[in-house]
Amino acid sequence: MANFFLDNNHLKFHLEHPLMKKITLLKEKHFEDFGKYDDAPEDHEDALDNYEKVLEVIGEIAGDTIAPNAEEVDATGAKVVDDRVVYAPGTEENINKIRQANLFGLSLPRRYAGLNFPIVPYVMSAEIISRADAGFANIWGLQDCAETVHEFADEQLKEDVLPRFNRDGITAAMDLTEPDAGSDLQAIQMKAHWDEDKKTWLLNGVKRFITNGDADVSLVLARSEEGTTDGRGLSLFLYEKNEGKMIVRRVENKLGIKGSPTCELVFKDAPARLIGDRKLGLIKYVMSLMNSARLGVGAQSVGIADAAYREALDYAREREQFGKPIIQFPAVYEMLSEMEMKTIAIRSLLYETSRYVDVYKAYHFISEDRKLEKDERQEMKKYQRLADVFTPLTKLISSEYANQVAYDSLQVHGGSGYMKDYPIERLYRDARITNIYEGTTQLQVVAAIRGVSNGAYRKAMTEFAEETLRPEQEYLKKLLEKMTAQYDKAVRKVREQEDDEYWNFHARRLVEMAGNILTGHLLLLDARRDSSYDQPTAKFILKARSENVKHYSYITYVGMREANDFKKS
Amino acid sequence: MSFRILVLVKQVPDTRNVGENAMKADGTVNRAALPAIFNPEDMNALEMALKVKDERDDAQVIVLTMGPSRAADVIRESLYRGADKGYLITDRKFAGSDTLATSYTLAAAARKLMPFNLLIAGRQAIDGDTAQVGPQVAEKLNLPQVTYAEELQDVSGASVIVKRRLDRGVETVKVDTPVVLTVHSSAEPCRPRNAKRLLSFKHARTVTELQNEVKDYTSLYNDRPYLEIEEWTADNLKVDDEWLGLSGSPTKVKKIENVVFKQKDSVQITGADEDLDKLMKDLVDSHVIG
Repeated sequence: MANFFLDNNHLKFHLEHPLMKKITLLKEKHFEDFGKYDDAPEDHEDALDNYEKVLEVIGEIAGDTIAPNAEEVDATGAKVVDDRVVYAPGTEENINKIRQANLFGLSLPRRYAGLNFPIVPYVMSAEIISRADAGFANIWGLQDCAETVHEFADEQLKEDVLPRFNRDGITAAMDLTEPDAGSDLQAIQMKAHWDEDKKTWLLNGVKRFITNGDADVSLVLARSEEGTTDGRGLSLFLYEKNEGKMIVRRVENKLGIKGSPTCELVFKDAPARLIGDRKLGLIKYVMSLMNSARLGVGAQSVGIADAAYREALDYAREREQFGKPIIQFPAVYEMLSEMEMKTIAIRSLLYETSRYVDVYKAYHFISEDRKLEKDERQEMKKYQRLADVFTPLTKLISSEYANQVAYDSLQVHGGSGYMKDYPIERLYRDARITNIYEGTTQLQVVAAIRGVSNGAYRKAMTEFAEETLRPEQEYLKKLLEKMTAQYDKAVRKVREQEDDEYWNFHARRLVEMAGNILTGHLLLLDARRDSSYDQPTAKFILKARSENVKHYSYITYVGMREANDFKKS
Repeated sequence: MSFRILVLVKQVPDTRNVGENAMKADGTVNRAALPAIFNPEDMNALEMALKVKDERDDAQVIVLTMGPSRAADVIRESLYRGADKGYLITDRKFAGSDTLATSYTLAAAARKLMPFNLLIAGRQAIDGDTAQVGPQVAEKLNLPQVTYAEELQDVSGASVIVKRRLDRGVETVKVDTPVVLTVHSSAEPCRPRNAKRLLSFKHARTVTELQNEVKDYTSLYNDRPYLEIEEWTADNLKVDDEWLGLSGSPTKVKKIENVVFKQKDSVQITGADEDLDKLMKDLVDSHVIG
């Protein structure tokens, strides 16, 4: 009888963030659905109450079904039988419960049978499910594909496909990578050609490392423009499993998230429907899909970190050595405190980014109905810019922290943690994928460094610094100001060499410095609303300060010449 | 004609988390000291009914509970999970009912909801553990009963096939409808709340609850009359007041004792196979397991 929503006050805290008022108003378009749909909210308070009620259901399924199934699912894994994926029995049960509760298609509008959830409560659901079983969170979270169809497909396709997410609980997959196109999606070879007789697009080729590849519907990135070799020749297609023209050749044997099948797929003359316009597949649609997938990995990371921290805390309280519980030893409680602080920090970052995405996406959908006013357009742009630079930052920091927290949690368990007897070994393995897929940490740096070079992070720091805080928070704010000045110096130092490779060499350090400062500001704002965040905020900012000093001194020591010495061939 | 299923549910104190004040001096349960929950086996009963609804488009699930005003919670929980309609049987006159008075009252309410095809209840409630109410209702309605039901296997015709979970095995019976079933905890657990139904029914209230609401529900209830949970008092039922509540309840608690388990003797065994075999054999022989 566990409820992963009700036992976590942080979630309710973020759900009640002041910006949520704007978000519910925009997302519900001034609550125009009320009276038209019985499940539509009447006002902001009613909307928040709806989110809470549904999150409570998700929390219950996560606590009572998904989490207890996680060990069996990890041990059994998914298999291929007769070219089809067979889930672990626990996974089947999880999916069934999610279907019975109508929890697919959460974010779709009500006219497509969805619940019209904003990103914030949707991401919260993802965090809750990830805490129970990060692998299952993938299968559940791929309902994101519906969002891409909703955003870009024509009305006919939307009406055909979207209502089935909630009504029938169909599952989805995004088929992007291939044996020779992983991080570099421009190299995709999967072919799509228009068959004049059959009046359909046909797909031919192989996809590899596809999460939940045998789903009911798949979004497939394929080369529709013959003779092209780059991303501009790629379009996005929707393939339905019941066409029977795609087989699963194998399921990878992975280190972690074993319940989530990672498939190699073979398409042979597989009929598919075009999503949106030709040639925009990679450069527009997949970029958008990837951004929400990155937020999904952020949620997954927070969920894993939370689970790992809780395991360590329980263990440290129970385990006695030298005549007392090990939690009483400084070496152990420091680790635990840091794990807690890191989890709180990445959660703040995750929901801040989610709010940015919520505001600009809501404006985007409003703009389909009517022309936006000038100030609305400006606001949309502002939040879109913030979302663009905060998304890679969130993915980067949260996934790295999730790994650190899982690592420390296993350490707190000592030798027992290395055994299969405790959940931490699974969490440790599951965490390891978060900083790899949906763009490795190194690729997040490539995206995030733009926020350093175009001044977007710096601007956000200035704006946060203008907030009035409680007097007792001022010393921490002062520290952040010092850190900002140091960040400016670091950026200047690297930039004045006017060398791209040198810039890229220090890129991660610059991004992390910015991330530390911004997260510090976010935590101060959280603590302004609720003083129980004072302690973790102070811990975080002190730690962040020392990290940034370290990065800064490294940048000072490692100039162009020293950086050159690192080169390998 | 639709296929009507009545489900009897009960709000019970959560006796699984018993604290110091769980019992009153007179030996009755101190309901105020324990959180109120949906009786677990009634959840199994509800699931059995909802499964029929999954299979038959014409099935209608009606939930019936007897209790104080707050027992409307279990009706709402049932609506969130798929029940079509709920009735709360409530009256001060029902207070202090034992199983005889309870089944008398529930049977009167069920009679008012006739005709129905199935009446399903949990085997027993965790506050009294009597397992008497379901069977007594069946007797009063003069209907056949199948107790310890685990699975309904065929609901397509004028009779149903029911699998019963008994101590020493499984019995499968065929019985004509209408019939009363009481459901065992080994039956399928109840499905979760459905997000859409939860949001649609979250304002479902009884008339009494509406009177205590600060918010004005008039226009909402005009638009969505299905939100009303019907409330029946003794006056709505054809009952004799003598048979209700305390006066209709011959059962009196004579004495209450605290049972403390004590260790009597102990046996040390090693991890050797033969010792483990012997232990298993002893446990099976003494009916601790198996």
